[in-house]
Amino acid sequence: MSWEPVIGIEVHVELMTASKMFCGCAVDFGGAPNTRVCPTCLGLPGALPVPNRAAIESIMAIGLALGCSVSERSVFHRKNYFYADLPKNYQISQFDVPVCSDGHLDIEVDGATRRIGIERAHMEEDTGKSTHLGSGGRIQAAEGTLLDFNRSGVPLVEIVSRPDIRSATEARVYAQELRAVVAELGVSDVRLEEGSIRFDANVSIRPQGGEVYGTKVEVKNMNSFRSLERAVDHEIRRQVELAESGGLVVQETRHWDEEAGVTHSLRVKEGSSDYRYFTEPDLVPMVMSPEWVAQVGDRLPELPAARRARYRSQGLEPGAAGALSNLDDRLRSIYDEAVELGAPPRTVANWLTGEVVGWLRKSETTPSRLRLGAADLAELVSMVGEGAVSSSAAKDVLDGVLSGEGSPREVAERRDLIQVRDTGALEAVVEQVLAANPKAVVELRAGEDKVLGFLVGQVMKATQGKADPIAVNQMIRDRVSG
Amino acid sequence: MIASSVSEAGQLLRSGATTALALLEEALDIASRTEAQLHAFLTIDGDGAREAASQADADLADGIDRGPLHGIPVALKDNLCTRGLETTAASQMLAGYIPPYDATVVARLRSGGAVIVGKTNLDEFAMGSSTENSAYGTTYNPWDLSRVPGGSSGGSAATVAAGSSLLSFGSDTGGSIRQPAALCGVVGMKPTYGTVSRYGLIAFASSLDQIGPFARTVEDSALALSSIWGHDPLDSTSYSGPYPNPTTALDRGVDGLRVGVVTELSGEGFEPAVEAATSDMVARLEKSGVEVSEVSLPTFDIALSAYYLIAPAEASSNLARFDGIRYGLRVEGSTTEELMARTRAEGFGPEVTRRILLGTYSLSAGYYDAFYGQAQRVRAAIQEDFARAYSHVDVLVSPTSPTVAFEAGARVTDPLAMYLSDICNIPANMAGHPAISVPVGLDDAGLPIGFQVMAPALGEEIMYQVAAEVERLAGFSLAPPSQGAAS
Amino acid sequence: MHPMPIEIDIAHVARLARLELSDEELDSYKTQLGVILEHAARVQSLQGEPHVEAAHPLGLVNAFREDISRPSLDRDEVLAGAPSHLDGFFVVPPVLEIE
Repeated sequence: MSWEPVIGIEVHVELMTASKMFCGCAVDFGGAPNTRVCPTCLGLPGALPVPNRAAIESIMAIGLALGCSVSERSVFHRKNYFYADLPKNYQISQFDVPVCSDGHLDIEVDGATRRIGIERAHMEEDTGKSTHLGSGGRIQAAEGTLLDFNRSGVPLVEIVSRPDIRSATEARVYAQELRAVVAELGVSDVRLEEGSIRFDANVSIRPQGGEVYGTKVEVKNMNSFRSLERAVDHEIRRQVELAESGGLVVQETRHWDEEAGVTHSLRVKEGSSDYRYFTEPDLVPMVMSPEWVAQVGDRLPELPAARRARYRSQGLEPGAAGALSNLDDRLRSIYDEAVELGAPPRTVANWLTGEVVGWLRKSETTPSRLRLGAADLAELVSMVGEGAVSSSAAKDVLDGVLSGEGSPREVAERRDLIQVRDTGALEAVVEQVLAANPKAVVELRAGEDKVLGFLVGQVMKATQGKADPIAVNQMIRDRVSG
Repeated sequence: MIASSVSEAGQLLRSGATTALALLEEALDIASRTEAQLHAFLTIDGDGAREAASQADADLADGIDRGPLHGIPVALKDNLCTRGLETTAASQMLAGYIPPYDATVVARLRSGGAVIVGKTNLDEFAMGSSTENSAYGTTYNPWDLSRVPGGSSGGSAATVAAGSSLLSFGSDTGGSIRQPAALCGVVGMKPTYGTVSRYGLIAFASSLDQIGPFARTVEDSALALSSIWGHDPLDSTSYSGPYPNPTTALDRGVDGLRVGVVTELSGEGFEPAVEAATSDMVARLEKSGVEVSEVSLPTFDIALSAYYLIAPAEASSNLARFDGIRYGLRVEGSTTEELMARTRAEGFGPEVTRRILLGTYSLSAGYYDAFYGQAQRVRAAIQEDFARAYSHVDVLVSPTSPTVAFEAGARVTDPLAMYLSDICNIPANMAGHPAISVPVGLDDAGLPIGFQVMAPALGEEIMYQVAAEVERLAGFSLAPPSQGAAS
Repeated sequence: MHPMPIEIDIAHVARLARLELSDEELDSYKTQLGVILEHAARVQSLQGEPHVEAAHPLGLVNAFREDISRPSLDRDEVLAGAPSHLDGFFVVPPVLEIE
């Protein structure tokens, strides 16, 4: 029998507001333990929550970006469960009236677009952090637990997809795309390693073409896109093996073990999932007027999917459009301006995603400190296009521009990189090179084309890169065959 | 006593006839002579209070007048957080707990120049109607030391009755101010929900809790309310619109007002003396010019049932934070789960445990709709009943408590009988409306009887207007035997 | 509407409420809850009312705080009441369950 995986993803996004969800403590990671806490986020007797307006606007923005409708009226609920790092032993969350519902996110996998439904996005508060001592990675073996409540009460948005995902790859791409959207909105720093965006997967399988959902298993503890993909893939295999050997999948939560590459069952006490939700009596309902929603909507930036579509319409291949879309907004604005100045979009995109990104990485520079104007890039592209510099020399020119030596033309002149167009002079160099490499000439005549590159390289070297390699190539062929 | 009311004390302070320190020393002196029998206080902060009183005197001498409570000795129910001063909610769970912050009401009292004498006894976490559920011993009624003062704010009621403070504050979730005020012969008032900040009040049932004053006179009660209420940005349920003025109508009389007598709050379970005092007061009000009518609010018959689902449900969640990890009692265990379960079993008394179990049950899967969900519908129906009634009367009146103060120990083994003590009070909490209890007389045994005036939301002005007339008509003189013995 | 028969799995309820009670205590609380719930079940006599959320009596909505950070508590005060703490952390024994 062939099986169809059915996957839903729950994403938790920590918002980077200045203050926490329900109190004025700073949202600031890495502080000494228990230094960002107050009566409210520490759950002291008598303390009360007051919701952060900016957090509500952030979740509205996320919802709008995902095509959700924003509820006209929404309320907070208490989710009751006892846990050491949950100070009140209930979490303020949302139940049947989330801020956002019924949206979607389009993802591209293998050149096809898939629309993944978003069931809801709701607002809640984060827990504190537990450090299990003597654990060696296995929580059950810990000898004690240290509690830090700095993270307690940080605004958290939970985004729940519909079970529309059908493969581990789709799961990864969905997660990546969602992260890109949230990053674009600037409401979270979306760092996986630091847990500011976290993914859990609900995985089940059913016979191919089936209608009924199988028993779902929640998989947790994936801290990279790769581990999300691996964990989902592993869980699908585990369930298929189980089903094919006549076993039954049990509804449970499983922990992904990155090192071992397996999931294992978590011990959860019977009845602990009865959360006894009820309306949070310390808070009043939220009313999101159409005007307010429109205000938030007006401030939304261009989202990755729209941007990729725009790049495609400018002639970029899907891969290039995706790569460019993922660049920092400073680099993307260089692209937009250079194209505006008349530079060919594909070439500009290639330079930015290739050479410029490479230079940034090598020189450990951030895009904001980049000394490259759109006009510089447009000029460089045009110099290559009209043959003023060779494409290899152009890389040196770029390096000079990025190092602050001036405009591309100034750099090319100063570094003496303007292409040699004097055919007579070039022919003399070609003659010299052929004369100095008789063995290569013999091989080339015998049809060994690979030495052609070597000879061209020798000419380029002799001209310090100023020759047009295509012209050189042609000249050598003419000489050797002639 | 130097002064029989806050307003009188205020005049004496400002004329230089007395000092805040003198008022305080008198309160402390009365406490030292009555506390052994009453046990109204859990903590008396003599040093802190003397410092605050001296400051109040110095301020007045410098021409700084902080308002009607300036220099007045006040007592606070021990579920109001006081920075640096032990706050226990009368629970073992919080033995020795020192809050790092002041409740908003406490901060307002301090900045209003009030002198905090100490923290008063209550039923543990405000759950009870007799102050017998305190982990630190029962409070007794100044009118009869074998009887309870009512509850849960029994300590705050008893201290004002006894004179060991001129004014005190309590919290009212289902009658916890009004019922003890009635049983102790003082004025007790629950404000409109949302008008007094709950920030720093150790929560019992968040949607019902409201802080309010105990006073010797209706005017004092109104002055105290104006000093503590008003919008607080730290409480999301705090009202930010225009507030009524509780004192403007005190002398206006009641001519032409429409008063409804609640049919459901009489009959079975109501002591004859209580019913007689109530109808007597209604008759006098009628002579004063009010138009009296009988009003039926049928949902009042099931209000108590709904209350005993909603309040414990919220309490089960509010009290979850007491787990032995960050503050308060800890009973060790080999795992965190065990530590929590042992700490909670040990730290909570039987009534609190009972209500946590009750609330957990009514919220749990399979029972939510039949119990908690249905109770919320009843709550909405109560609000509708009130709205209908207030479309043709200005205020509603009833006894405050079906009985006078009962014997200590009489109801401790019968939770349901104890719960019935609050039958007259609960509807106002369920609707979030203001209500006040004014003493109107004594029964044959010399025990005080309270008369309740209820008004619509933000109807404090008319509520106090009627309460002031009730006070004048009753001519009730506050003189419990224990206070007589003390002075 | 007839009151539904009241079943109480008191051990389950105590577990949800994180209360370690003896069998005798559980029995006693079960009996007491039965009596109270029988009375409380009178709420089921109300009919025909639509579901309502617990709304504020003054109809308040949208009570928000502006996103401004304020000083937190001094850590000495945070830990002052803690039964057990180490290097600025609260300390508890091993946690068995995972949320």
